[in-house]
Amino acid sequence: MDAERMQTILATDCGSTTTKSILIEYSEEAGRYRLARRGEAPTTVEAPAEDVTMGVLNAVGEIEDLEGRRFLKPDESGVNVREGSGDGVDLYVSTSSAGGGLQMTVAGVVKSMTGESAQRAALGAGAIVMDIIASNDKRLPHEKVEDIRRLRPDMILLSGGIDGGTIDHVVELAEIIRAADPKPRFGVGFKLPVIFAGNKDAAGAVKEELGTTMELKIVDNLRPVLERENLGPARDLIHELFMEHVMAQAPGYARLMEWTGRFEDGKWKNVPIMPTPGAVGKLIENVAKMENIHVMGVDIGGATTDVFSVFDSGGEPVFNRTVSANLGMSYSISNVLASAGMDNVMRWVPFNVDEADFRNRIRNKMIRPTTIPQELEELITEQAIAREALRLALVQHKDLATGLKGVAQERTIGDAFEQTQTGATLVNMMDLDLLIGSGGVLSHAPRRSQTALMLIDSFLPEGVTMLAVDSIFMMPHLGVLSEVHPQAAVDVFNNDCLIKLGHCVAPSGFSKKAVHLATVTMVMPDGRTLEEKIIPGEMKHIPLGVGEKAKTVITPIKGLDVGSGPGEVWEGELEGGVVGLVLDGRGRHPFNLPEEDAERVKMLQVWSQTLDTYPERFLTMGGGE
Amino acid sequence: MAFAYTPGLRVADVADVSKTRRLPLKGEVLVNVGDVIKSDTIVARTELPGNVKMFNIANMLGVPPSDIPELLLKKEGEPINADEPLAQSKGLFGKYFKNTVKSPIDGVFETFNEITGQAVLREPPIPVEIDGYVNGKITEVLPGEGVVVETHCTFVQGIFGIGGEVRGELKMVCSRPDEEITADKITADCKGKIIIGGNYISYSVLQKAIDTGVNAIVVGGFDDQDLKSLLGFDLGVAITGHEKFGSTLILTEGFGRMTMAEGTFELLQKREGMIASVNGATQIRAGVMRPEIVVPLPADTRSEQTSTRQAGAMDIGSSIRCIRSPYFGMIGKVAALPPELQVVDSEAKVRVLEVEFDHGKKFIVPRANVELIEG
Repeated sequence: MDAERMQTILATDCGSTTTKSILIEYSEEAGRYRLARRGEAPTTVEAPAEDVTMGVLNAVGEIEDLEGRRFLKPDESGVNVREGSGDGVDLYVSTSSAGGGLQMTVAGVVKSMTGESAQRAALGAGAIVMDIIASNDKRLPHEKVEDIRRLRPDMILLSGGIDGGTIDHVVELAEIIRAADPKPRFGVGFKLPVIFAGNKDAAGAVKEELGTTMELKIVDNLRPVLERENLGPARDLIHELFMEHVMAQAPGYARLMEWTGRFEDGKWKNVPIMPTPGAVGKLIENVAKMENIHVMGVDIGGATTDVFSVFDSGGEPVFNRTVSANLGMSYSISNVLASAGMDNVMRWVPFNVDEADFRNRIRNKMIRPTTIPQELEELITEQAIAREALRLALVQHKDLATGLKGVAQERTIGDAFEQTQTGATLVNMMDLDLLIGSGGVLSHAPRRSQTALMLIDSFLPEGVTMLAVDSIFMMPHLGVLSEVHPQAAVDVFNNDCLIKLGHCVAPSGFSKKAVHLATVTMVMPDGRTLEEKIIPGEMKHIPLGVGEKAKTVITPIKGLDVGSGPGEVWEGELEGGVVGLVLDGRGRHPFNLPEEDAERVKMLQVWSQTLDTYPERFLTMGGGE
Repeated sequence: MAFAYTPGLRVADVADVSKTRRLPLKGEVLVNVGDVIKSDTIVARTELPGNVKMFNIANMLGVPPSDIPELLLKKEGEPINADEPLAQSKGLFGKYFKNTVKSPIDGVFETFNEITGQAVLREPPIPVEIDGYVNGKITEVLPGEGVVVETHCTFVQGIFGIGGEVRGELKMVCSRPDEEITADKITADCKGKIIIGGNYISYSVLQKAIDTGVNAIVVGGFDDQDLKSLLGFDLGVAITGHEKFGSTLILTEGFGRMTMAEGTFELLQKREGMIASVNGATQIRAGVMRPEIVVPLPADTRSEQTSTRQAGAMDIGSSIRCIRSPYFGMIGKVAALPPELQVVDSEAKVRVLEVEFDHGKKFIVPRANVELIEG
């Protein structure tokens, strides 16, 4: 069916914990596509089901129940994609991060150069990079061999050497891979896919080393010259091999891959399943491009947390994506605790907690990852952990989203980064215009103010930043849909997906004896002028609804910055949202949380009350007040 | 109507369970289909390639890599012994100051690369054998890979475990599922056995069990803080089974003080004195793996009860068990499966079910927070 005649579209995302389905329909009345229904069910890649399609059938079945219509085939053997009218849908698309996603090891000659380029190519393709092998990584060859064997990657990306550069180091890396002779996770008899995207002069020697023992594919060098990355060919091949070799081996995927598609001129046309992070990244990139702004997005899942960013560098937008493989809210929740440390997690809990009990609660979530907090106390503790998962994911993102080391360079959007300074991070929170949160803990927080505060606490936006949330976690669905039906994806994204929470204003910089950090003068939509002082250690909430704007002048005190430079006045429009405006006086560089427990708990309670994040009864929890 | 689907753990009085015993690499299978084996029967064997030693001969002789082949004293694939010369330089006038490179290991001279000047030496292969793990019958031979063993058994899955495969006689050390395993219950006769407790074991008592030589401990709950003390680190990603702490620990319910599910407790009580195979290996990620207790039974044993906690379709009347507070551990029947989302105590709008507990009262619980119990 032609895209413009499509009435009903079904999309699913098979996450590591939950399979989410959405139904999109064209509304004659509204003259646009809109979100009609949503359903979800536990993902079923694991025993005893071991078939991802069962979770899909259940998630779509929920929509059927709510809608009172049929979208599955009568015998429930799949999604019913119709040719003409009648029951079913006109298009079915899906994304997936279930089955642990795509796990890769990458290799390059110099860790911070070709190694890092290879890492970016793999990340850009939606992979989890388990290890970077490099000639200079200080491990002995046999240690590298052992690490490759132990990690059992789904695929290896071998790069190294600019064209015409070193050959022997590249061959040495190939030797190590051959000596390790890793076996794929699925099936003993398969050959492991290895992509060579390095010095073209080394291709022959690499083929000699690996051609017979591995499924070797050779593509253009991902770093042909020091000054430029060329990540596209390697990234495309990773996608291709992922579908052929990895996803097709995971339980039930072979069937699901047959379900996704549509009829075009009476012929079935398959739409490939996209890795979830790839789909979300695509959408974030589109938003930055359409609005011409700097955007960050974060998608916190059960097993991993992805961070995406588009920052302007040298006049060009630069897209970045990182995945923190073991930071998540279910499977990886204990790893958040192990990585962040108990004190860092507990500092966000606004009541006193018994540490032993707290640890047991987190562990119990880990061993039963699909459960959700029914009680308020458990919700608050999970949101405390989420703050640390998000914070750590941002730290990792800043570390990787850097310019090419040691050289000036040029790269295209989606492929590479540009730099203003050698190897410096491209992430500048002061330049950030829009911060979008996605994933269960952010999208499904009972109050949107909880989402706003989680985003502020973990990302610490500086200056003036719009906060937004993916309303019901459907960015992956819309990302893959944008490939097939851009209009439907844009309609739903703008109207049903992106919920603006409101602008956050946070002065940055240090002032020892300041009584206030900035003065904010706003002309409100009703015409009155409101003047607010941002006081050190205080948060303020100013109601301003969705689409409402206030012409604003922000005057920071000497040395502090709100976006125009230290001590400079900022003039512009602040926009509201479902939460409203947030004035954050808790400081940036440094951010100040009271160190003493009782004082910290008291301040957390005050801030929570200011933003009305929890029902008042949270004040009596943990033997408080 | 769409059915709800929920993961669960298996607790089967009598079941036919198949265990795949697979080599890490291709090798030799030593048994045939139909063979009756014991848990300690070696069913397959292979040799893992030995560790690799990369050895740059060109650098050591100070000669360009391309000149090395004519200086090599060993051919690719030839066996080598430690201190045996591998290559020798021509020296001055072909006679004096010759440099010799000697092998640092016993093994094989695997390859030499003329571009890098590097030789790959491989240590002798490491033999690997796998046993049957359970008493049973070979139902399938996976050529070159391993076998499938089927056993008629009582089968119980735990929720989390540490430590690997062990065997031993089942011994109850608690008389009730809500009773703690205390130090006085660990007696000398627990040595070599798999002890079954009630709701909790503390770190000090666990240590006593290890010191006594207990092969495995099966208990309702254990504190995470004690797990950290036991392992010496905070377990991040839950992939276990290789811990070496002198025993195997299987939790049937979770962390903290948790009464063992009555069905599980009674079943294990019934099998007291029998030999069981247990494995603490747990992987909580895609392709989840839970720890297990397998008690092989005589072939003619029939089930007296069907108390299987297992995943499957949930409908009105299905028996369920709550797996998260505030109703953790409580058993009831599904009274309603409303399709619309409902608001719970946390203010979250979630898919719920109405459960009627044994005392007759009905409560709303998120669907995600229950597991099915069959029967």
